[in-house]
Amino acid sequence: MSVQPAVRAEGEKPATREMFYAEALGDALRLEMRRDPNVLVFGEDIAQHGGAFGVTKGLLDEFGPKRIRNTPISEIGIVGAAVGAALTGLRPVVELMYVDFAGLAMDQVVNQAAQNRFMFGGQARVPMVLRTQGGSGRGNAAQHSKSLEAWFAHVAGLKLVMPATPADAKGLLASAIRDDNPVIFLEHKLLYRTKGDVPVGEHLLPLGTADVKRQGRDLTIVTWSREVVFALEAADNLAAEGIEAEVLDLRTLVPLDKETILASIRKTHRALVVHEAIKRAGYGAEIVSLIVEEAFDRAAKELAS
Amino acid sequence: MTPMAVRTREGSTPDNANEVARSSGPRHDALGLSLDDVKRMYRLMLMTRLVSERILQLNRMGRTPFGAGTDGHEAAQIGAAWCIRPGKDWTVPYYRDMGVSFVLGFTALDEFRAVLGKATDTNSAGRAMLNMFSSPERRVLSRSVLVGTEFPHAVGLALALRNRKEDKCVVFAFGGEASTSPGDFHEAANFASIHKLPVVFVIENNLLAISTRFEKQMAVANVADRAAAYAMPGHIADGMDVLDSYEKTRLAADHARAGKGPALVELKCYRYQPHTSDDDDSRYRTKQEVEEWKARDPVKRGREYLLGAGASEPDLEAIRVELANEIEKAIAQAESEPDPRPEDALTHVYAEGTPRPDGTRA
Ligand SMILES: Cc1ncc(C[n+]2csc(CCOP(=O)(O)OP(=O)(O)O)c2C)c(N)n1
Repeated sequence: MSVQPAVRAEGEKPATREMFYAEALGDALRLEMRRDPNVLVFGEDIAQHGGAFGVTKGLLDEFGPKRIRNTPISEIGIVGAAVGAALTGLRPVVELMYVDFAGLAMDQVVNQAAQNRFMFGGQARVPMVLRTQGGSGRGNAAQHSKSLEAWFAHVAGLKLVMPATPADAKGLLASAIRDDNPVIFLEHKLLYRTKGDVPVGEHLLPLGTADVKRQGRDLTIVTWSREVVFALEAADNLAAEGIEAEVLDLRTLVPLDKETILASIRKTHRALVVHEAIKRAGYGAEIVSLIVEEAFDRAAKELAS
Repeated sequence: MTPMAVRTREGSTPDNANEVARSSGPRHDALGLSLDDVKRMYRLMLMTRLVSERILQLNRMGRTPFGAGTDGHEAAQIGAAWCIRPGKDWTVPYYRDMGVSFVLGFTALDEFRAVLGKATDTNSAGRAMLNMFSSPERRVLSRSVLVGTEFPHAVGLALALRNRKEDKCVVFAFGGEASTSPGDFHEAANFASIHKLPVVFVIENNLLAISTRFEKQMAVANVADRAAAYAMPGHIADGMDVLDSYEKTRLAADHARAGKGPALVELKCYRYQPHTSDDDDSRYRTKQEVEEWKARDPVKRGREYLLGAGASEPDLEAIRVELANEIEKAIAQAESEPDPRPEDALTHVYAEGTPRPDGTRA
């Protein structure tokens, strides 16, 4: 299913409102639930409590307990029930409090959600979104601080989204909900309280498009999620030294917007990949490998000439 | 659910909360406890209360990063842990089990070092969240923040005890009621029961898992009802009463010690504080509910029991003063100690050193 941004007259700027990242996610959920009665949300403490990070606050009041459902502590049950509900045409958006808990549900993600369509020759669709959050920096210790995106990126059949800004969070979550594939939607615990301008009303961003968050000619910084914030800061510092860095926010790791990455590298001839995770076998290595495979010869040639 | 209407089921151990409150004096005798034992139990209950309150106060003052109150769980924790034979039985406590740790010999200083994440923290050298107890000498298994995931570890421990012929030793595996929702609990119970392994499942049912109420956590009326599915006994105790908590846990522990397999005890109690210092409990419960439970406060009841049994006011006041001093000293000491060094952050990812013939490492 292709997703197009709402049509707008040229030059017309969409109305925006300043929102927290957590609020923007809630806004996307609210609008998608109003639009499509098949969308429902379940997870631990997401009803009257509004979720551990406040994303689902207020949804119970508007949509009631049938569509906003608290579950027991049952990560396998949450993800497995989402697979079953999705197979029969609902569009569940389920929440795991921390990505560190995904291990408990990994069979449901890897063997079930990801492979159902393939195994049955395209008869099945699994239009579900698994929302969770990761990352360190909040003093939450080993079992609440991991960055596990590489686990999901390695599995065929899953899409993987990691938004950095409130506007992207809203637009990508709405598109993830409308997507007919299982989408892993990874938020960052230290982005929830960041603010930004967010388009009011329907706002859709296609999965698989990177965003140039800052233009530059000297260096391409490829990054995603919270590291975008740091990359922009670094780019400001570099600018003071006369170096213009381009900051490329991938936004979606699967599908990957190769064209935008390669186009930027062809322009700057220098790449820096920045991400928060164990470096070994991390997703950053995938980006470096892409650049070496598809841009290295040309970059080398152009440099030599 | 109101506190007085503790739900029972057919064939379960009758709840005798009110009987405990009525009778005074000889009750501890009947359980084989001396008045001095009861005084020590009371002291640890009070210590748990005072330390918990101080952690949350310090958190509000910005002096600790995080807290998880124990208030309301004191009788359940001290009463149940009183059945543990230190140095022999193994304990797998959960993150609210500060009172259990005190029975096992952890001190207020140990607790504040952990709460403040100091390099001197004996559980984790400042690496873990609070109440992630770990102590090989005290036979306390390091635990997990992922709810329920350590029940299978408890089964493995019990297996090891069996294989080593430590026949009378048992494993006490603690959890909140919601820890019996994930599959880990059920797989552990089934495994232990099939192989008659000595695991005592001690479940502190405080009716809430963050915001999720007991009725939305499980469809059975009691956690103890789950035991029948695994052919093990399931006892129910008034978790607001230290002697009843002790008595019912004893029944479960005796069963496991006798080689008859696992057993479960459910301690019905209530959490007065928000889930953690990050939680806003006004979203899911009323002040009135909290007050109703506080009317049966375990520390207050312990105090009344002791006074009825012959202890004097000045005696009990002396205990309080001594504890308060110990706690303030512990806070000052822990605050003065060093934080972990950044250069140590990457140690202990893998086992280091060469194994010696006895299994220890150079
Ligand atoms: C596997 C897993 N899922 C979810 C959580 C988040 N979480 C932490 S504590 C908690 C509630 C636990 O309730 P209970 O076991 O009854 O113990 P209580 O906190 O009430 O003492 C939840 C949902 C977690 N730590 N681990």
